[in-house]
Amino acid sequence: MENGVIVKLENIVVVYDDEKVLKSINLDINDKEFITLLGPSGCGKTTTLRIIGGFAKPTSGNVFFDGKLINDVPPYKRQVNTVFQKYALFPHMNVYENIAFGLRLKKKPESEIKKRVIEMLELVNLSGYGSRNVDLLSGGQQQRVAIARALINHPRMLLLDEPLGALDLQLRKEMQTELKKIQQQTGITFIYVTHDQEEALTMSDRVVVMNNGIINQIGTPEDIYNEPNNAFVAKFIGESNIISGIMHDDYLVEFAGQKFVCVDKGFEKMEAIDVVIRPEDIKITEPGDHTIDGTVERVTFKGVHFEMVVESFGVKWLIHSTQHTPVGSFVGLSFTPDDIHIMKKSEEEKKSSMLVNEGLENE
Amino acid sequence: MNNRKFRMFSIPYLVWMLVFTIIPLALIAFFAFTDRDTGAFTLDNIQYASKYLPVLVKSVWLAAVATVICLVISYPLAYIMSKMKLNHQRTMMMLIMLPMWMNFLLRTYAWMSILETNSGLLNKVITFFGFEPVNVMYTQGAVILGMVYNYIPYMILPLYTIMVKLDGRLIEAAQDLGCNTFNVFRKVIIPLSFPGITSGVTMTFVPAVSTFVISQMLGGPKNSLVGDLIESQFITAYNPNYGSAISLLLMVVVFICMGIFNQFDNEEMEETLK
Amino acid sequence: MKKFFSKFYVALVLLFMYIPIFVLIAFSFNESKGRNWTGFSFKWYGELFHDRTILGALGNTVIIAVIASLLATVLGTFAAIGIHNMKKSTRSIVKNINSLPLINPEIVTGISLMILFSFCRISRGFVTMILAHITFCVPTVVLSVLPKLRQINKNVYEAALDLGCTEWQAFFKVILPEIMPGVISGFLMSLTYSMDDFVISYFTSGPQSQTLPIVIHSITRKPMTPKLNALSTLIFLVVLLVLLASNIKSSHDEKKKKRKQKIDIV
Repeated sequence: MENGVIVKLENIVVVYDDEKVLKSINLDINDKEFITLLGPSGCGKTTTLRIIGGFAKPTSGNVFFDGKLINDVPPYKRQVNTVFQKYALFPHMNVYENIAFGLRLKKKPESEIKKRVIEMLELVNLSGYGSRNVDLLSGGQQQRVAIARALINHPRMLLLDEPLGALDLQLRKEMQTELKKIQQQTGITFIYVTHDQEEALTMSDRVVVMNNGIINQIGTPEDIYNEPNNAFVAKFIGESNIISGIMHDDYLVEFAGQKFVCVDKGFEKMEAIDVVIRPEDIKITEPGDHTIDGTVERVTFKGVHFEMVVESFGVKWLIHSTQHTPVGSFVGLSFTPDDIHIMKKSEEEKKSSMLVNEGLENE
Repeated sequence: MNNRKFRMFSIPYLVWMLVFTIIPLALIAFFAFTDRDTGAFTLDNIQYASKYLPVLVKSVWLAAVATVICLVISYPLAYIMSKMKLNHQRTMMMLIMLPMWMNFLLRTYAWMSILETNSGLLNKVITFFGFEPVNVMYTQGAVILGMVYNYIPYMILPLYTIMVKLDGRLIEAAQDLGCNTFNVFRKVIIPLSFPGITSGVTMTFVPAVSTFVISQMLGGPKNSLVGDLIESQFITAYNPNYGSAISLLLMVVVFICMGIFNQFDNEEMEETLK
Repeated sequence: MKKFFSKFYVALVLLFMYIPIFVLIAFSFNESKGRNWTGFSFKWYGELFHDRTILGALGNTVIIAVIASLLATVLGTFAAIGIHNMKKSTRSIVKNINSLPLINPEIVTGISLMILFSFCRISRGFVTMILAHITFCVPTVVLSVLPKLRQINKNVYEAALDLGCTEWQAFFKVILPEIMPGVISGFLMSLTYSMDDFVISYFTSGPQSQTLPIVIHSITRKPMTPKLNALSTLIFLVVLLVLLASNIKSSHDEKKKKRKQKIDIV
């Protein structure tokens, strides 16, 4: 992804009604990448998008586009277009007029407008829908019109605000592939906002995980999934077991009453940390010396795998396994040092969790 | 569209409302409390106006009776309408709005020619069947009839609007949970239609209590209402200070009545939420 | 049985509402002045069309209604946009002020304006009538535009900016077309209110600015004349035609909607 930075956010703070919505956001977005802002509702992801689009002004901090400061540039002068939540199509215009809107403002000749609208309709698989009333389209079709309407202006960057939120599961999957395809075809930078972690992982080159107005982690989907920075990221990206532990030394961690070898280093001695183990990384074995032993409490068939809850000294472990183990069996849980992910605790967590070694209530 | 600039759009309107609504009301208060000749503060006007308290009470009473009659007639009608076929509903709406769009003076005039004691149609019909002619014209009954006739569309329409929106599934749910028809009405339909009742009552009561033409046309001089009193202070006697004092009293009465009613409404709503 | 009862009840109420009107209409064709039927005649209609007071009042009514409604619509539409963008607390205060003329007894509005005009030494006539009519029409326009503004997808305005509109362009190309139905219905309601108003006009008109309701009022104070019946009949017909037309239009719109739903299902 060595394309150079197209948008740079520098110490962005946004305050609405005395509430800090964004607390010092720093983010570089590279040209031609597909980057996703991921987080629960109210985390500040949409505000970040609106700052880039020009619909919201930062209380403090700077926005750069191609190295130029654009804090005070109004939306209509930015080389950025947006696909809005629920599409925001103009109900008083048909499909053709909606798509042609941007070019008409630029007073392009009618012949060029026609040519480009038809191209766009083709790109989004809506050839022949030009004269339709936008209110008469299905959700998926409205979505395509919104994309075409934005892309026809040849923006350098497309902002998408939860564009698939209103679609059903099947259609979402189709549109995910299609969006990715359009992004690769056009070579435009996509900034995508979603609260759906699966969507973020499938589509993005990089994912930015946000919570409470701060960025928790920036990285490739693999990084985010495999090496979450903290308990929030781990919890938000997929299911996981998060247990408090203590780092005894480099490569040596203690949790669940036992010491384990791990691959992490660079922590203070006896530092309180969080341990993340993904449910699919845990193997069920015979109880033994180097395993965590417990009783199978619940087994649910999930199609590809069984989801199991194993109770061990008050901690409930979530395990995905292809093997069926009957409820009530006494089993051992084992994992390799690679599967143990160590994360720093946040400051306030540190204070409270020194006391108890509590497990995560998975459900 | 959250743009601060758009807020400026309302400035001409705000100025207008200040000059033509708020200041005139303030002027009424000013005139009510000042002496006609000296302009000094006085309570004489209010004292003068309170002599007419019986007229005010009568106005409130007649308007209240008319409002209740309107409600009693309109409620079942609105319910029946809301259950009709869609195109029948539309026709009914039209039939109810049609008289509403005719000027109320003409509608009242129509009743005059029916109720007249000597040559009115009502008495013609009655005497034709061999009964004694009745004296309806220039009675309180005639005034109430005029009010009911003029304002009943304003009661039917809000009731109908709210009943049409009533979710049929709620009635089914109530039946499913064991309500009989009576209880469905008492526990579901009436509480849910309460906002319609409130606005219907407001739209009927306020014009009825302050009318001055209906009472003149159908009630005659001995059935003068508070509206007639105000009119005469401004048009014939021209004493704006007394007129303002009576208007102020009328406004106070209207707002108190509405206040009591809205209070009742809120409590009722809370009751249903419990 | 229940159905019969409902039908009977509806018929009864409708009879109550329409008998006086039909009596009124019937006697407009009566040859003589009295309440005895003496023969069919159009004579009163003829007299009506030669009555200069009534014709003049009709002209006044239309002129005042059109001017007042146009101004009220412009004022009210911009006001609604402003109010829509206010903070919640200010908005609810302004909305309360807006409903003041609607809930206040008409006679109080009428005399309060009369006091204002005489206080400012403006003699009553066309100007005061138009000012008064704008005053009671504006709140209605505001109330009919506000819901349309609430219906607009919040992002539509931003989408227009995003696609290259300046703020003014976005306003004229997107916001205004979207709220147009509300603006038009506000205008039409203002027209009917203004043409129908008696009470407020009664206190704010001068001898040269008499509208139809005021003339009707003065006729009802004199001995009855079938001319008024003829006038009522014509007004009834006009209202009937207007309502029928709007009804046909709305049922047409309804059909369109249904067609849309069908497509949605497909």
